[in-house]
Amino acid sequence: MGSIFIAADPGDAESRPRSVLRRLPNGDEIVHLVTMIFGGAILLITVSLVYQLWVHSRESRVAFGLHFFVTSVWDPVALNFGAWPFIYGTLVTTAVSLVIAVPLGLGAAIFLSELAPPKLSSALSFVIDLLAAVPSVIYGMLALFALVPLMSTTIEPFLKATLGFLPLFQGPAYGVGFLTAGLVLAIMIVPYIISVSREVLLAVPQDQREASLGLGATRWETTSKVVVGYARTGILGSIFLSMARALGETMAVAMVIGLTPKVSASLFSSGYSIAAVIANEFTEATGNLYLSSLIELGLVLFLLTFVLNGLARLMIILTSSRGSGVGR
Amino acid sequence: MSVRMIWRKTVNAVMLSMTGLCALVTVSALFVILGFLAKNGISSIHWSFFTNLPAPVGETGGGIANAIIGTAKMLLLAACIGIPVGLLGAVYLAEFAGQSSAFVVRYAADMLNGVPSIVIGIFSYTIIVLRTHHFSAYAGGFALGIMMIPIILRSCEEFLTAVPRSLREGAMAVGASKWKTIASVVVPAAASGILTAVLLSLARVAGEAAPLLFTAFGNEFWSRGFNEPTSSLAVTIYNYAISPYDDLRRQAWAAGLVLLTLVLVTNLCTRLLLVRQATQRR
Amino acid sequence: MSAAATPSFNKETPMAVVPPVTTGAASEATSELAMRMTVSNLDFYYGKTHSLHSVNLKIATNRVTALIGPSGCGKSTLLRTMNRMHETLSHTRLTGQILLDGEDILKQDVTRLRRRVGMVFQRPNPFPKSIYDNVAYGLRINGHKKSLDESVEHSLRRAALWDEVKDRLNRSAYGLSGGQQQRLCIARALAVDPEVLLLDEPCSALDPISTAKVEELLIQLKENCTIVIVTHNMQQAARVSDFTAFMLTGDLVEFSPTPQLFTTPTDPRTEAYITGRFG
Repeated sequence: MGSIFIAADPGDAESRPRSVLRRLPNGDEIVHLVTMIFGGAILLITVSLVYQLWVHSRESRVAFGLHFFVTSVWDPVALNFGAWPFIYGTLVTTAVSLVIAVPLGLGAAIFLSELAPPKLSSALSFVIDLLAAVPSVIYGMLALFALVPLMSTTIEPFLKATLGFLPLFQGPAYGVGFLTAGLVLAIMIVPYIISVSREVLLAVPQDQREASLGLGATRWETTSKVVVGYARTGILGSIFLSMARALGETMAVAMVIGLTPKVSASLFSSGYSIAAVIANEFTEATGNLYLSSLIELGLVLFLLTFVLNGLARLMIILTSSRGSGVGR
Repeated sequence: MSVRMIWRKTVNAVMLSMTGLCALVTVSALFVILGFLAKNGISSIHWSFFTNLPAPVGETGGGIANAIIGTAKMLLLAACIGIPVGLLGAVYLAEFAGQSSAFVVRYAADMLNGVPSIVIGIFSYTIIVLRTHHFSAYAGGFALGIMMIPIILRSCEEFLTAVPRSLREGAMAVGASKWKTIASVVVPAAASGILTAVLLSLARVAGEAAPLLFTAFGNEFWSRGFNEPTSSLAVTIYNYAISPYDDLRRQAWAAGLVLLTLVLVTNLCTRLLLVRQATQRR
Repeated sequence: MSAAATPSFNKETPMAVVPPVTTGAASEATSELAMRMTVSNLDFYYGKTHSLHSVNLKIATNRVTALIGPSGCGKSTLLRTMNRMHETLSHTRLTGQILLDGEDILKQDVTRLRRRVGMVFQRPNPFPKSIYDNVAYGLRINGHKKSLDESVEHSLRRAALWDEVKDRLNRSAYGLSGGQQQRLCIARALAVDPEVLLLDEPCSALDPISTAKVEELLIQLKENCTIVIVTHNMQQAARVSDFTAFMLTGDLVEFSPTPQLFTTPTDPRTEAYITGRFG
C-alpha cells in the first residue's frame, strides 16, 4: 500500500471536492481507523474504570487489608471501616428478591410462552418490558410512601404472627428494612427474568412438547418436566443477570432499607447495602480514608456484578451452542 | 378415573392458573405504579410547577424548572459522548472488525453495560470531579454518556448487520467504496433503528439518579453553563421524597409523574415503531 | 382387476365425494379380524381448509396398517387425530367418530387416551435426559415407581436397543446416533404399554441401515401391538404392512390388503401413484 496522505486542509473539500477526495488514497482506511479508535475508546473506558477503582481504593486496602471484608465496624470518626454489614445487606436483599422474583417471573414466563395465545403473549410482554423502563427513584418513592406503611401495619405483623418462630421474622418491624428492600428489588428484576425466560421457553422445539403429551402427560407435567428442563440453562442465565442487577440497585434500596449498618438475622431489621452506603455517604465523606473505603466498596460491587454477568453470558452461550442436540 | 389421575388433573389446573396469576400480578404492577403517581401527583401539576425554581424550605410554590433544564443539559452532553462512540463503535464492529478485535470490543461493552450506575458515578467522580474540584454538569453528563455507550453500541450493531447484503452489493457494484457504501446506504437503511436506540438509551439514563449524586450533585438555583453543580429530575425526586416536608413530597410525586410519563411515552413510541418496522419487513 | 365396486363396510357418503374403493378381498380378510380402531365419517378442518373429507377406515388389531400418498394428502393429519394430537394446534375442528375398542376417543379423557395410543414422530425427539430417564418418563408420570428397572429393560428390548445401551443407561440420550435415538423414542412410547402405536414417517430422517432395523422391529412388535404407520416410501409400506390405505388430497381413495393394493389396485389414481406417475 502507498503511504497515506491526509489532506492538509480538509476544509477545502467543499470547494474542490473531487480532486481532494481522489488524492486521499484510501477513504476506507481512514474510516476504518476512525471507527477502530472509537471502538477502542470503549476498551479504554472500561480499563480506565477498573484502574481508577483500584487506585482510589488503595488507602483503604492498605489500611485494612482483608479484614475489611469481615469487620462490622463503620466508624467515620475513629476512621475504622469494615464492609461486612454492607456486603451482608446486599446479599440478603438480593436473596430475598430472588426468592420472590424467580417463581413469580418463571410462572409468568411459562404463562406467556405455553398458555397465552401469541397475540396476548406479545402484548403482555410489551407491557412487562415497559416495567423494566421505570426509573429506580420511582420504584423507591412508591416503596417508601405506599409499601412501607403497608408492611409495617399489615404484612410484617402478619408474618410475625404466623412465622414468628423463625428468627427471620422476629424483632421490631417498622416497615423499612431487608424485607421491604428485597420486595422492591423483586418487582424491579422480575421483568428481566420474564423476558429472557419467555424467549428461551419459546425456543424449545415443539416436538419435545408433543413427545411428552403423546405419552399421556398433562400440560403442566410437560411444561415442568420437559420444557423447563430443556430451557434450564437459559433460565439460569436470566437469574444470574437479575442477580447482577439487584446487587447494583441503588436508589430504591436506599430509600427503604433503613440505612443502618447492622447485621441481623431478622428480615424486619433495618440494614444497609453497598450501593446505598455509597450513595448516601459519598458526598459527606471527609478525608481520604473514608472516601477510599467507599470506593473500595464500589470495587467490591463491581467485582460481584462482573462475575455474575460473566456467568450469565456463559449460560447464554451454552444455550445457543447446544441447540437441539439431536443427532442427525 | 383413578385417584392418581384426578390428582394429576387437579395439579395441572391449579398450576396453570397460578402461572396466569403471576402474569397478572406482574402486568398490573405497571398500572399500580401509574395509578399511584397519577393520584398523588396530579394535584401539584400546574404551569408554575414547570417554570418555577425550588422554593426555600417551608415555603410553597416551588417548581422543577431547573431540574428539567439540568436533565436536558446533561442528556445533551451524554448524547455527545454516547452517540459518536456507540454508533461509530457499532460501525466498526459491523463493518470492519476482525473476529478477535470484535470479541474484545463487545466484551468490553458488555462489561461496561453490567457496571452498576453508582460505580459509573464513582468513575466520573475520579476522572472529572477530583480534577476540577467541584461538581458540574460535565461530570454528570459524562457519567450518563458512558452508560449510554454500550446500549447504543449493541442495538446499532444489530441494526447495521441486519441491513441486507443485497443493498451493500448494489452500491459496491456501481463503484462505491466501502466507507461510501456504509455512509450512503447502510447507515441510512438502519437509520430508524439507530434513532430508536438513541431515544431508548436517552430515556434510560434520564431516569438515573445514582450516577449524578456526586457528579452533578444538585442545585437550588439555575446552573450557569455546564461547569456548575446542576439539578436533575431524578435527583430532585430522590431528595424531595426522603425529605420530611409534605409540600416537597407532593412535588416529588408530581415530578415522578412527569419523569415516568416522559420515559414511558418515549419507550412506548419507539418500541411500537420497532414492532411496526419488524412486521413491515416481513 | 377384482370385482366389487361397492364398498362393503362404509357408511353413506355425500354425492360429491367419490367413495373409496375397498376390495372384496380386504373386506373378507378384515371381517374375520378384530378392529382395534374405527374411523367413521371423519372430516377435519384446519382453519378454513377442509383437510380430510369423510374418511372411513378400520384398523385391524395386531396388524400393521400403512397410510401412503403424496405430500399434503392428509395422511399425517389423519394419523394425528387418532391420538388427538391435533388438539395441540389451534383452529382445528373435526366431525365424525373415532372408536377405540368401541368407545369414541373424542369423548374420553385425552391423557388416558394417549397412554393407550402412543406416537413416534418423524424426527427423533428424545428428552434432554439420560436414556433411562427417557424410557422411564411415561412410567413415572403414571405413578409406576416400583420395578422401573425391569420395565425400562423390557421396553428397550422390545425396541431392539437394549444390547446397544445397557451399559450406558445413565448417559445422555443425545449421545446416541439418529437411528438409535429413534429406537429410543419407540422404547419410550412402548414403556407405557400402548395398545396402538402410531408412527409418523419414523424412518425419513434415518439412514438405510437404521431404517431396516426399525422395519424389522415393527414386524416383531405387531404381535402384541396394533401399528399404524404413515410413510411416503411405498417400498417400505409394501415390506412392512398388512393393510395399506392410499390417500389423495384429503380423501381415502383405496384401502386393501397390501399385496393386493400394490399388484392389482382398483382405483386408477392408486395405480398412477404406485407406478410413479405423480407424487
